[in-house]
Amino acid sequence: MVELVARTPCAGLLPLRVGAVLLDEVAPGALTSVSPYKGQAEALSKVLQAAHGMGFPAPSRATGDRQARAIWFGHGQAMLVGPAPDPALADHAALTDQSDAWAAVRLHGPGAEDVLARLVPVDLRAGSFPEGHSMRSLLFHMTASITRIEDGAFLILAFRSMAATLVHDLQTAMEAVAARG
Amino acid sequence: MRIPCPLCGTRDRREFWYRGAAVDLERPAPDAGVEAWDDFVYLRENPAGPTRELWYHEGGCGAWLVVERDTVTHEIGRVALASEERS
Ligand SMILES: [Zn+2]
Repeated sequence: MVELVARTPCAGLLPLRVGAVLLDEVAPGALTSVSPYKGQAEALSKVLQAAHGMGFPAPSRATGDRQARAIWFGHGQAMLVGPAPDPALADHAALTDQSDAWAAVRLHGPGAEDVLARLVPVDLRAGSFPEGHSMRSLLFHMTASITRIEDGAFLILAFRSMAATLVHDLQTAMEAVAARG
Repeated sequence: MRIPCPLCGTRDRREFWYRGAAVDLERPAPDAGVEAWDDFVYLRENPAGPTRELWYHEGGCGAWLVVERDTVTHEIGRVALASEERS
């Protein structure tokens, strides 16, 4: 038998510290896209609440916590992050296993907002993007999901195949922010 | 130019992909006849003024939007989810 060795998307690239800003890789657990069937959003939210402890997120929001999150991921779609999905969810929504398909990183520390301001065309300062807010936008040239989680940190998800680009773009912006002192 | 996405809020033009006039929402029936299909596939108005267009929020929520835009002033009017505009 071939012995396969699991590698995380950002293995060998992270963690990174530039100035006061830190970038770590996150092990998100299972990732499942959850798309409610027509007219099933409310029923789905109840099942999600009972099974995983949080409701289906409104647009541009995330629910849950470190153990289990539901991150709004676009039109009629959320990403369940952490637990294996309860089978009952499938009665109300299309589920797709996307575990290992996304690179997940955490950007935090003073200046994290300044780093993202160089890459993302949306105001992510705490005043307009507090904890529990989430968004889909561009991170430099690629699409990403960005969520403000606990302690003011940003949870960033990007395609696994773009992990090195994600780290490179963030590192470049971190260095530019640090250079300003 | 910015477009107020009903889901994401007001976003920069770089997040959007332009499709064209919003005629795709009124696709003729398969047996509507040559004239209706010729009109649907090839013939477009080219107004100086308000238009109704389809934009795709590619760098955001992934929704198709119906956007009212003035081609003279570039003013953006009403924006709605295409999925809710279809009758
Ligand atoms: Zn949008």
